[in-house]
Amino acid sequence: MTDSVGAVMVVGGGIAGMQSSLDLADSGYRVYLVDKSPSIGGAMAQLDKTFPTNDCAMCIMAPKLVETGRHRNIDLITNSTIDKIDGEAGNFKVTVSKKSRYVDESKCTGCGICTQKCPVQVMDDYNKGLKVRKAIYVKYPQAVPLIFSIDRDHCIGCGNCERLCKAGAIVYSQEPETKVFDVGSIILSPGFDEFDLIQKRKEYGYGRYPNVVSSLELERMLSATGPYGGLVLRPSDGEVVRKIAFIQCVGSRDRSIGNPYCSSVCCMFAIKEAVIAQEHNPGLEATIFFMDMRAFGKEFDDYYVRAEKEHGIRFVKNNRISSIAEDPVTNNLLVTYIDKGNLVSEVFDMVALAVGMTAPKDAKDLSEKLSVELNPYDFCATDILFSPLETSRPGIFVGGAFGAPKDIPDSVSEASGAAAKASSVVASERGKLVTVKEYPPEKDISGEEPRIGVFICHCGINIGGVVDVPGVVEYAKTLPNVAYAENNLYTCSQDTQKKIREKIEENNLNRVIVASCTPRTHQPLFQNTCAEAGLNPYLFEMANIRDQCSWVHMHEPEKATQKAKDLVRMVVAKAGLLEPLTRVPIEVKPSGLVIGGGLSGITAAQELSKQGFEAFVVEREKELGGLMKRIHYEMVGAKKDVQKKLKELIKNVNSDEKIHVFTNSTVKDISGYIGNFKTTIDQNGEDKEIEHGIVIVATGGEEYKPKEYLYGKNDKVMTQLEFEGKLAKKKMDADTVVMIQCVGCRNDERPYCSRVCCTEAVKNALKVKELNPKASVYILFKDIRTYGFSEVFYEEAAKNGVKFIRYDDESKPKVSDKKGLEVRIMEPFLGEEILIKPDLLVLSAATIPHSDNADLAQMLKVPLSKHKFFLEAHMKLRPVEFATEGIFLCGLAHSPKFFEECVSQASAAVSRASTILSKKTLEAEGMVSTIDENICTGCGTCVVICPFNAIDKDENGIARVTEVLCKGCGTCAASCPEKAASIKQFTDEQLIAQVVAAVKEGS
Amino acid sequence: MTEGEATGETAQEEEFEPLILAFCCNWCSYTGADLAGTSRLQYPHNIRIIRVMCSGMVHPNLVIDALSKGADGVIMCGCHPGDCHYLEGNLKAEKRAEAIDLLLEDLGIEPERYRLEWVSASEGQKFAQVMKEMTDTIKSLGPSPYRMY
Repeated sequence: MTDSVGAVMVVGGGIAGMQSSLDLADSGYRVYLVDKSPSIGGAMAQLDKTFPTNDCAMCIMAPKLVETGRHRNIDLITNSTIDKIDGEAGNFKVTVSKKSRYVDESKCTGCGICTQKCPVQVMDDYNKGLKVRKAIYVKYPQAVPLIFSIDRDHCIGCGNCERLCKAGAIVYSQEPETKVFDVGSIILSPGFDEFDLIQKRKEYGYGRYPNVVSSLELERMLSATGPYGGLVLRPSDGEVVRKIAFIQCVGSRDRSIGNPYCSSVCCMFAIKEAVIAQEHNPGLEATIFFMDMRAFGKEFDDYYVRAEKEHGIRFVKNNRISSIAEDPVTNNLLVTYIDKGNLVSEVFDMVALAVGMTAPKDAKDLSEKLSVELNPYDFCATDILFSPLETSRPGIFVGGAFGAPKDIPDSVSEASGAAAKASSVVASERGKLVTVKEYPPEKDISGEEPRIGVFICHCGINIGGVVDVPGVVEYAKTLPNVAYAENNLYTCSQDTQKKIREKIEENNLNRVIVASCTPRTHQPLFQNTCAEAGLNPYLFEMANIRDQCSWVHMHEPEKATQKAKDLVRMVVAKAGLLEPLTRVPIEVKPSGLVIGGGLSGITAAQELSKQGFEAFVVEREKELGGLMKRIHYEMVGAKKDVQKKLKELIKNVNSDEKIHVFTNSTVKDISGYIGNFKTTIDQNGEDKEIEHGIVIVATGGEEYKPKEYLYGKNDKVMTQLEFEGKLAKKKMDADTVVMIQCVGCRNDERPYCSRVCCTEAVKNALKVKELNPKASVYILFKDIRTYGFSEVFYEEAAKNGVKFIRYDDESKPKVSDKKGLEVRIMEPFLGEEILIKPDLLVLSAATIPHSDNADLAQMLKVPLSKHKFFLEAHMKLRPVEFATEGIFLCGLAHSPKFFEECVSQASAAVSRASTILSKKTLEAEGMVSTIDENICTGCGTCVVICPFNAIDKDENGIARVTEVLCKGCGTCAASCPEKAASIKQFTDEQLIAQVVAAVKEGS
Repeated sequence: MTEGEATGETAQEEEFEPLILAFCCNWCSYTGADLAGTSRLQYPHNIRIIRVMCSGMVHPNLVIDALSKGADGVIMCGCHPGDCHYLEGNLKAEKRAEAIDLLLEDLGIEPERYRLEWVSASEGQKFAQVMKEMTDTIKSLGPSPYRMY
């Protein structure tokens, strides 16, 4: 192939698209992120909280939004859709159409004065129509890019916005544009749409009964930025909701409306909403009506149990509610369900429908334009087991919910995995299209007295309309060390950047302050301006006189002016003490250690190699393959020879020049840090030393050896994997097979779900039926958790006569072999115990963590979860990395999962690792901890307390910071009894200066 | 701003405008404060925000310094437990709050002059509400005994 292009296009800017974009942009590629909406953020931007940690969605997402928005190598192409794609992998030409915003993107500063004076109110989609927005708007307050758009369907053309916009950004005559982009590969992450309640499920009364809401509407109500400030109120009368019912599987697991699959997220979503609603409306009674509770993810079952036991959420299982009735006078809702065989009706104030996920509405259109195939439900088709991230067209990959309904961490993993795949297509072009910014040499300001320049922003009339800006400028000039002060209409505009550079030069300024909006969004811009003028970017500070002054004291101009002066004075005091900071460069060894040679480990090694990096794989067994060696067929298709494919894979790994495989080996010792690890491998008792830049933990898991149900005592009792091995011999003479689910997990000892066993049981049951159609197969279960498209096979198994019998903790199956093998189980529909005499009893045994996880965790100084799997840095947004930089995880080491999920995660770990390995040197953040060795007594408090293992003791017993590991959180500084530790840019001295300036005018 | 002797008896309560310092963590609470602004939620002008990277980076001495140098109140705002950008800095701030209470006792400063609150990035409303409450509390307490102007 000739002339690959070192750029990737990502279609869809939700959490998945952002993750793919950031990974690629940080690994040396130019990224074009296309989103059909005016701002990125996708569905996650609408969420209040996320399960199972109850994290605030916006809190954890906002840093990613900002980073994506200002990344030098990511071009945001919003309000745009794909027209067509020509070319092939390595060299695509993509035609993109951009709708008009009627606002000049290069001029709009996002100040929002236009929206304040827009007279038109429109139902706000972001708030699911529960709130209004204006005709000129941004989707949500934290939107990226923060550029307004005019909704021309509702705009009345009054011209207020045009008159008020001092930036001159309003362009009523803006035309749509079409542009062609050259890219090497493409990632599709357009997300999902909600099931159409109004058209397809009228019997729930949605749209007719005001108090029947969708789960996403309820989510908006729960949000502090939602319609009722976080309270759950009845839309019919505004009364506080005291009794709410959640109805699951609306638009999922329902063949009659064409969605036979499970939407995978709604069970946990409902539990989360019930718990949070109860927090917001104290005393709220919440009931969840469901068929099977699909709490299959990492620590989901713990959350489910807590919701029931601690929060008193009522769970009514095995119920598919078919319709809802409304009392027309009170607008209360009547839900009828089955309880112990009887029909019961109950009244609720509100009903929340767990709306299923469907493929995006434009999936068919996208599929035609891109020539990628869809599955029968219009989600993106992939070859599931070995290549879950590849679409039918080479060079085009998929991430997030477009592949199958899935939650945030799985979407983020896949998005990173897809980034690795997209990168491997264009790996030879890495670094060729990225912009590397050149700055002039930095001025040496050592020994100089501070000369501070203060730039005070009117922000149109956002600040200037309340605060007397010229008055603040005059005041600033009187402050110590201030050499220059001026006001600007928009300090962030391009022409002001030029002016700031000139003023730095003219006045020989060595500190710069901007008093305007918030440093969260604008500090990097101004720091860049300082750097362009030869000033160290850390010689910059901001005073927030808009978001935290003029906007919150709109009716008190004098007080606001006084406060603005105070804020400027405080920052001037700090600025005088600012020091230039340097970022210490460290060399990166372009190779990775992969611990574990199962499917995850070998996938990771192969991906590393495809990216151009060396990989060392350490496997404790004598050959590669791990648990995968015991999987013989996949469910979908069921025709491919899995073992043949695995052997090929292993052969390729063994013959890959960049991959060094160590079998019969263990890791004896690891030292060093990101970019520079040193490891001793013990191979057959012989020590081998290697050096590498990153570590990927892929140690896998094990199948539990049951102590229950006569396992090991009767040779007719076996585990699912053992049974699969038997089935692989293509002979099945057993006429009666009983399978028992949840053996060794979802119990007191291991209160987690092993995720794969329901699907594995259904797969094996179908295989039994295929080999011996007359066989009777019974599956005894607590909940059937065949999430996603596996649900279709559960349905097929039931149709083929596989009998599913539910049990619970009080009615576990009883197994004896006194008179031949016998299983007794309470049949809930008959209400009596039945006796089955199986030829084989198959136990769905738990997936358990490896016993050596604890030792490895200690060696790497990374944590384990309470169930002894490895614990990632963040359960939602950093699923494949540890808090300690440079160490990653994937596969069963993380938690039980399917092999295709292992492949995605392994690719994801490599993608995250590539952001490090692709750089020759890494720069540590300048704003890090520093320890005054003259004061440190070596007590070690900071060593213990540092959450990132960034501090150790040097040869003299004095604390020493490894700057590249330090994140600048300052826990050490606040804990040091001698005050020897401090954080650069936030030293105690600087903070005290701010405090003193605040309390003492004129200091 | 009050003039002359700053004891609760001579200054008239309604004229007393306290000075309250709010340490806000960059990731959640400072963002929440910004959201209060974007949403145009009005709260008392007495609050002066000092941005820190994490509530866990503020040494107890800094809080004591602020109160003993004349701030009428100090409020520390961090991420909700579990949301900390640096894993558990906020929980450390919570532990330190207990230490701060004990120190305040020695200095004869009312414990209500220091408050710790969790404010998330989406809780602009809560931020405004907490700032209003804090201002009311300090107003009812009167000027700090250490107030110097």
